[in-house]
Amino acid sequence: MTIVDGVQVDLKPEELKQAEKMLRKKPNAVEVGMIDIMWSEHCSYKSSRPILKLLPRKGARVVVGPGYDAGVVDIGDDYVAVFKIESHNHPSAIEPYNGAATGIGGIIRDILCMGARPIALLDPLRFGSLKSPHSRWLFKYVVKGIADYGNCTGIPTVRGEVEFDESFESNCLVNVTCVGIAKKGDIFLAEAKYPGDAVVLAGGSTGRDGIHGVTFASRTLTEESEEDRPAVQVGDPFTKKLIIDATLEILKTGFVHGLKDLGGGGLTCASSEMANKGGTGIDIEVSKVHLREKGLTPFDIMLSESQERMLFIVDPSGVETVTGILNKYGLAWSNVGKVTESNHVNVFSNGSLVAKVPAKLLAEAPIIERKVEKPSYIDTLQAVEKPPMPEDLSEILIKLMASENIASKEWVYRQYDHEVGVRSVVKCGEGDAGVLRILGEDKGIAVSSDCNSKHCYLDPYNGGAGAVAESCRNVAAVGALPIAIVDGLNFGNPEKADVFWQFKEAVRGISDMCKIMQIPCVGGNVSFYNEDEVTKKAVKPTSIVVALGVLNTLKNIITLTFKNVNDYVVLLGETLSEMGGSEYYYSIYGIEGGIAPKVDMQREKSTIDLVLSAIQKNYVNAAHDCSKGGLGAALSLMSIKSNHSIEIDLSKINMGNLRLDELLFSESNSRFIVTTPESNVDNLLKLAKTRGVPAYRIGNVSSSSRVVFRYEDNEIVNCDLKDIKTAWEKTIPSFMGR
Amino acid sequence: MKVAVIRFPGSNCDLDAVYVLRNVVGLETELVWHKDFNDGDFDAVILPGGFSYGDALRAGVIAAYSPAMKRVKEMAKEGKPVLGICNGFQTLVESGLLSGALLRNDCLTFICKWVTLRVDNTETMFTNIMERGQIVRMPIAHNEGRYYNDAEALREMEENHQIVFRYSDDNGRLTPDSNPNGSVENIAGICNLEGNIVGLMPHPERASEQILSPFKTDHGRLLFESMINTIKRMRRM
Repeated sequence: MTIVDGVQVDLKPEELKQAEKMLRKKPNAVEVGMIDIMWSEHCSYKSSRPILKLLPRKGARVVVGPGYDAGVVDIGDDYVAVFKIESHNHPSAIEPYNGAATGIGGIIRDILCMGARPIALLDPLRFGSLKSPHSRWLFKYVVKGIADYGNCTGIPTVRGEVEFDESFESNCLVNVTCVGIAKKGDIFLAEAKYPGDAVVLAGGSTGRDGIHGVTFASRTLTEESEEDRPAVQVGDPFTKKLIIDATLEILKTGFVHGLKDLGGGGLTCASSEMANKGGTGIDIEVSKVHLREKGLTPFDIMLSESQERMLFIVDPSGVETVTGILNKYGLAWSNVGKVTESNHVNVFSNGSLVAKVPAKLLAEAPIIERKVEKPSYIDTLQAVEKPPMPEDLSEILIKLMASENIASKEWVYRQYDHEVGVRSVVKCGEGDAGVLRILGEDKGIAVSSDCNSKHCYLDPYNGGAGAVAESCRNVAAVGALPIAIVDGLNFGNPEKADVFWQFKEAVRGISDMCKIMQIPCVGGNVSFYNEDEVTKKAVKPTSIVVALGVLNTLKNIITLTFKNVNDYVVLLGETLSEMGGSEYYYSIYGIEGGIAPKVDMQREKSTIDLVLSAIQKNYVNAAHDCSKGGLGAALSLMSIKSNHSIEIDLSKINMGNLRLDELLFSESNSRFIVTTPESNVDNLLKLAKTRGVPAYRIGNVSSSSRVVFRYEDNEIVNCDLKDIKTAWEKTIPSFMGR
Repeated sequence: MKVAVIRFPGSNCDLDAVYVLRNVVGLETELVWHKDFNDGDFDAVILPGGFSYGDALRAGVIAAYSPAMKRVKEMAKEGKPVLGICNGFQTLVESGLLSGALLRNDCLTFICKWVTLRVDNTETMFTNIMERGQIVRMPIAHNEGRYYNDAEALREMEENHQIVFRYSDDNGRLTPDSNPNGSVENIAGICNLEGNIVGLMPHPERASEQILSPFKTDHGRLLFESMINTIKRMRRM
């Protein structure tokens, strides 16, 4: 670390030199502090920007693409959906409760400041194994933080996913997505375009919390990180709820020309980015900012990341109206400055200039070209030998259903209010994606977040592509057309060439898959430095993808439960010997290696198109994507959820050189299980044939209480559904309590 | 006929109640900021769910002492229908309009799930079109929903038919498994002696349309339609 004018900064000496050159002087303490946070990895994306350029960002439905607080896509009938993903990994690893809670706070403001009403949250999480007390502690309080904060704001948490893996032991991942809905004309951009406009800071008071939160997030965690606990902000969901209500009321007045939330980088980030985007400058008088405590310096005020604050750019004639609404809700505010023509962020303290930095210098940090090198572990792990064929596959299936990663997550989602808002049509645990209706319309959206970190670790390219594929499959399984994604990229230290290779490969995979699917990536988040300084271990690369789909009617929504006894069970897609990173290898044999599933991108698209078309033609009664735990886990889950059972003949499937355990538990992409009544089974198979998608009629829904897999006349698996259900339900509560 | 839904700072099911009243049961409904509430303008009032005042001190307690609640008490005294849902129920209990207390769930976590209820009193202003013993389904979503009262008070409430809803199984049996939060005697909702004030933890506004129900039911409507029925009767008198 470097010391400038008495301030410790994370800027590298060469970065400092560059800043001095651009500034044409040595920066003072306030200036260097502002540059330091804006040039942090977290705010600037200085490592990732060149790679993120690979992602397709354009499309007929894109209203606002990456670069703003959230992506905006046209969902038809004059409506737009607004969504974004964020990470709060570092704060949550140190202080799980407030770390997770404030992560939600931040993403809600991102949606709100685009002018949309937030209507749903999704929470993709990663922890170490539940066998570890430390992981249980993180898991318990992250979930509680999300629940206490999310529930209070009145935004339902409709979806999420949890994976457990030792690599997340000290670096848990806490990502969060918020989705909003607005009318197309109501969308706002975070820009300060008109000199003379007032700058109104509203909401929470500014304190010392979170100072340097972003630079803290741009380093790896060390033992001393515990001392960074003051860099974790403290959330206040009650104030957040008032901010949501007040902001939506204020936007209706027409006096607001731009708004932005204060998240990472605080007032410095919000003011410089709005000025830079609007081609203007902003003057800020720090003595006007409402403070939580005395004695804050201009440095503290410009860098504080105190929560629950919004910056409004207001037409001067409307300041009274806007602040009147803030008063109604009992929210504090201060008129802290004005938009200027100067192209600079000028900071004044009691009238004297204490910092003067070009907005562009702050908002557009110089890019760093990172080295890439394929890590050596990949070839070693891909070459591991297959385990022997087990004798009792019934026993294995029950063990697999009880594994941490497949077991029921009801303990988690039961703590989230997933129904507030009266929009949740398909709720947690009912279908492959969460479905939210648009109130008053026969229309809805579907959302799903997915990533298999174990696959990503062995093959980041196919892991990234697979995350896009799986989230699109999940959205399609309920009958929604996937139209856009956002990505949450969580990796280790980008200064290490092998980590940066993982990052680049994952982004390439996401990008290629998006292009084939013809859907844009409208936003995202990059979180680096998820690495334990002590063990030198980075997290498994985790490229979470959230897909958003549109339902043009609510009349034909498909869930994963079997509807009728005797319905035919049809497997769509090909099962391959791709056992690397499978839950079967991991939880039964403790094997981390093997060849991870590849994505045949064209096949993936035709399979998804087939399912959508079959649903539209009313051929489908139930649909479920076949992924973690393979065919065995997917069919077991459908049985558990519907209290019907199944009788399956595996000999109907193209086996190739597959062993029976591989056929049951392979996690190959591009597969769905659908059920169809006898009257439509031939139609479905015919449709699949015309689309070039392999389809196998593998059995029927049965009224018996047993889950049966045969190979011709040989019974391979025969389990009591009750035993499978009990095993699946009890794992998480056995670690976490009721 | 006009109904008020009061919004306290932190209410979050206010818009849901307004949506259902206006769009599902077709009632003229006004969303009223607590400071602007004037009881004379309305035939009935609903206290919605949420986290009024951020659950500071205790759920519902600060709202219970707000000037708006004085006016709710006036309406209650006049015999007009008053319904408290979730946080609204907590507020009614804290204000003394209903008896007992709502404690933290016995599992110590927030619970959001669909539950089964047995209707035990069909004489109230919110249950008069239901049948005694009817099984209805609605979701709960709360941290503090464990109803408690002492044995003496419970005996009196039982005698006076003040217990309106109980958590039960599909056959109306009051089993421990069907009790999600440890409420005494499986109590989910109660009323005052006159039956014009009802409070319950489950959310009828989330259970008023088949599309939102995993069971394709719309039992929540029955409460609002009972209320309409009541107001119509009161007007004829």
